[in-house]
Amino acid sequence: MAEKTTYIGTAVVRSDALEKVTGAARYAGDLKFDRMLYVKLLRGKYAHARLVRVDASKARKLPGVKAVVTGTDFPYRMGLYLVDRTPYAVEKVRYYGEPVAGVAAVSPEVAEEALGLIEVEYEELPPVLDLLEAIKPGSPLVHPELHEYEHVPAIFPVPHTNISNHFKIRKGDVEKGFAEADLIVEDTYYVPHIQHSPLEPHAAVALYDREGKLTIWASSQSPFAMRKILSQSLRWPMNRIRVIGPYVGGGFGGKAGLNVEATLVPLAMKAVGHPVKLVCTREEEFRDTFVRQGMWCRLKTGVKRNGRITAQEFEMYWDGGAYTEYGVNVTRAAGYSSAGVYDIPNMKTDSYCVYTNKPVGGPLRGFGHGENHWAIEQHMDQIAHRLGMDPVEFRMINLQREGSTNATGQVLHNVGIGKCLEEAARLIGWTKVTGPGKIEPGVKKVRAKGIACMTKAPAMPNDAASTAIVKLNDDGTVVLNISAQELGQGAFTVLSQICAEELGVRYEDIRIYPVDTDHGAYEWQTVASRITYSCGRAVMEAARDAKRQLCDHASRYFGVPAGDVDVADGRVFVKGDPSRRVPVATLALGATLPDFSGYGGPIVGRGKFIPEGIVAMDAETGQSPKPVANWTYGAQAVEIELDLELGKIEVKKVAAVYDAGRVINPVTAAAQVEGGVVQGLSIGLFEEMKFDERGRLLNPSYVDYKIATAAEIPEMLVSFVEVPQEDGPYGARGIGEHVMVPTPPAIANALFHAAGVRVKRLPMTSESVRWALKQE
Amino acid sequence: MLHNIRVRVNGEWVEACVPSHRRLLDFLREDLDLIGAKEGCGGGECGACTVLVNGEPINSCLVLAVEADGAEVLTVEGLGDAKDLDPVQEAFVQNSALQCGYCIPGMVMSAKALLIRNPNPTRDEVVEAISGNLCRCTGYARIVDAIMQAAQAADAAGPAPAGRAAGHAPAAEVSRAGGE
Ligand code: FES
Ligand code: FES
Repeated sequence: MAEKTTYIGTAVVRSDALEKVTGAARYAGDLKFDRMLYVKLLRGKYAHARLVRVDASKARKLPGVKAVVTGTDFPYRMGLYLVDRTPYAVEKVRYYGEPVAGVAAVSPEVAEEALGLIEVEYEELPPVLDLLEAIKPGSPLVHPELHEYEHVPAIFPVPHTNISNHFKIRKGDVEKGFAEADLIVEDTYYVPHIQHSPLEPHAAVALYDREGKLTIWASSQSPFAMRKILSQSLRWPMNRIRVIGPYVGGGFGGKAGLNVEATLVPLAMKAVGHPVKLVCTREEEFRDTFVRQGMWCRLKTGVKRNGRITAQEFEMYWDGGAYTEYGVNVTRAAGYSSAGVYDIPNMKTDSYCVYTNKPVGGPLRGFGHGENHWAIEQHMDQIAHRLGMDPVEFRMINLQREGSTNATGQVLHNVGIGKCLEEAARLIGWTKVTGPGKIEPGVKKVRAKGIACMTKAPAMPNDAASTAIVKLNDDGTVVLNISAQELGQGAFTVLSQICAEELGVRYEDIRIYPVDTDHGAYEWQTVASRITYSCGRAVMEAARDAKRQLCDHASRYFGVPAGDVDVADGRVFVKGDPSRRVPVATLALGATLPDFSGYGGPIVGRGKFIPEGIVAMDAETGQSPKPVANWTYGAQAVEIELDLELGKIEVKKVAAVYDAGRVINPVTAAAQVEGGVVQGLSIGLFEEMKFDERGRLLNPSYVDYKIATAAEIPEMLVSFVEVPQEDGPYGARGIGEHVMVPTPPAIANALFHAAGVRVKRLPMTSESVRWALKQE
Repeated sequence: MLHNIRVRVNGEWVEACVPSHRRLLDFLREDLDLIGAKEGCGGGECGACTVLVNGEPINSCLVLAVEADGAEVLTVEGLGDAKDLDPVQEAFVQNSALQCGYCIPGMVMSAKALLIRNPNPTRDEVVEAISGNLCRCTGYARIVDAIMQAAQAADAAGPAPAGRAAGHAPAAEVSRAGGE
């Protein structure tokens, strides 16, 4: 751990900084091609309706229109974990806004005009809008065909119901655990649907050429997964599909898997030779791309008087929306992490993904953990107060530690949460609290602190792998060929640092180019906070491989054993003899020996990584000795000021501490934490997608769906603990998603300490806080 | 209906014939290939499309190209390039005040407009100046730091040199520890 490093742990400047501050960086929506056509989508006007007639004949005749498609033209089901979704509605629309038809035309104006000429006749069906009604026997079904859908083995749909996945944890004996308890606390919690709302809306261009090859340029976190889904659904070989990914203007999970790109495929196939381009409007971005599922849950915990938790029962119901191809896995992930950071001997968890006639639920930064921790972390404070204990002290008693087991029965080692919690409490200046805040008469504003913990593992199939190729150019500069996506998280910077460290070249001499599935090294997806961990390991290995070749060349060149040469700062040298050194360029394409003969050849290093030893969870109990690759822990403490008249919460200060295993770049890591904290704050205080009784989204704009602005930022104290991850590069593990998870419950806990009230439904708007204060 | 317009974009006069409904944002991005200004909402809500018109920051998605007839328009492309960064751009680089980058051209232009108007802003004035520019990635703190630093740099002695050397942005504390 204490080895000397050049670039690891160093705050090099982001590799994409110059491109981004000068406006040179290109995103999918910036791409322009000859013969390009513009796409607009006709969207359904009911939450649930049968399509009686879709007549596009008039649109097809409009001059300038090159292609029109409807669902029956392209009835292929697609999906990452559950194959339940068609790019266009077939026979039925299942949410208000679902694509019914698409038009590609010579201008956006003509495409828009054509949409107006498409005639659609609907027969309205009863919409399924209430999550808890949807699970009752006799509820109308959103997908009566559910039993026919293909899915991965880890997903458990319940045929002939609206439940598309039922995940279970059965650990120990809950009955016995509750019988042993001195106190049982039970409550319910709710999170509404929210939107990722990246500043860059989804955008894509698709070209089907005369050779029958499909090329897609997309704002995507998942070029390789997109290619896989399309290839499986269309039964095309993968070499007919190419996905290219320029910079992504923010993803947060919303650009994972296959998205709006699917709607372009049939249009491209009809308009052969014309690239067809779609850029979502902000309204479409809000409603018609993945959203975070709503979730209602009931949590019940048994505890001894001494503070030790004996049992937990957790029921989560996820409002999955019209298609749950990706959402089913969110449900699963939130299920297996349902112990949070606590060591709970007896557990029963049921996590249900439920179809409703709402927008399509999918992955959002935190992947179910912002939701389940909203419940768990408030619940812990509630129990602590019932026992008359300080919330930090109560947590310390129950935290997972060396040898603890989590919900899946996995025995844990090297657990950093204790240090994180201690440090967060120290940074915020925590003082013991043992009860609700009391409002003194005449006081207008009160300040209080709150704290919350979190843990999360990457939710991915066991074969989620990474590869890397390191190519040396003639002049000794380096092409690092990887297919992780730069979403803003700093992947290109950190991976370049790892490459520079291992290869011994300068960081500035390394370049990473946009992802291209035809030419790029394989990468599963840029999701699950897994890139530094997984791709980082592949890069390490590839750079070491390249260095070995370089040293081999050098050994022949200098006539010394390979072990006597090394590479640093772009130079290859004989150890202990500074006069015998050459720039990497001299040996990059091979060595020219003293007799002028050649040796070796151009250097290409290769590396790969797959997390090893992951064992599938038992279908009935969710138990596994190693269900996931790793767990990242963290804690956040907040200080708020509550305006008692307005009910307005202002977050003044946040202390965020995460166990990153090893920090590769202290600035990009801290910056990512800050961004996550503010996103968490925004979700905690402002964000909710609102629907009317017909399932229409009422607030698809930044005016009506507020996100945090510069005016709301708190003082942020960021700190890292480094308990190394055994198989991570230099011990590193991911933190990207984690950092927004505990902010809302920490605020909720501070609210209770301020005024003795609790808002168990997100967001904690002034209205809801005012209402809670009135109830007191 | 088509209109002939003459606009001075990034210091050069451009003559063009545009339809009356053409937005300034599309004129810049589609007709002039200046893709720095981004569209985030198309409704004046996000600031990603911010450019300067006669020195004032405007949402170019809300302005028609014909309204810019005769005006001076500055986009991020006119501000500086890698060889010659504007102090605002330089400060964004040095403070790591960017992540996905999509909001950044708009942020940089709002900051530039502020510093033209008010070379010595307070932190509150900086926050106010960018409160119409949404960013989903950074949490804004480093952006505010960068603008404050740009103001000081301009105040001191002109722009700092560009480069990709180690930055000066505040890093987090790191404590190394064994597991429990
Ligand atoms: S695109 Fe102009 S303000 Fe959002
Ligand atoms: S850097 Fe991504 S929106 Fe600001």
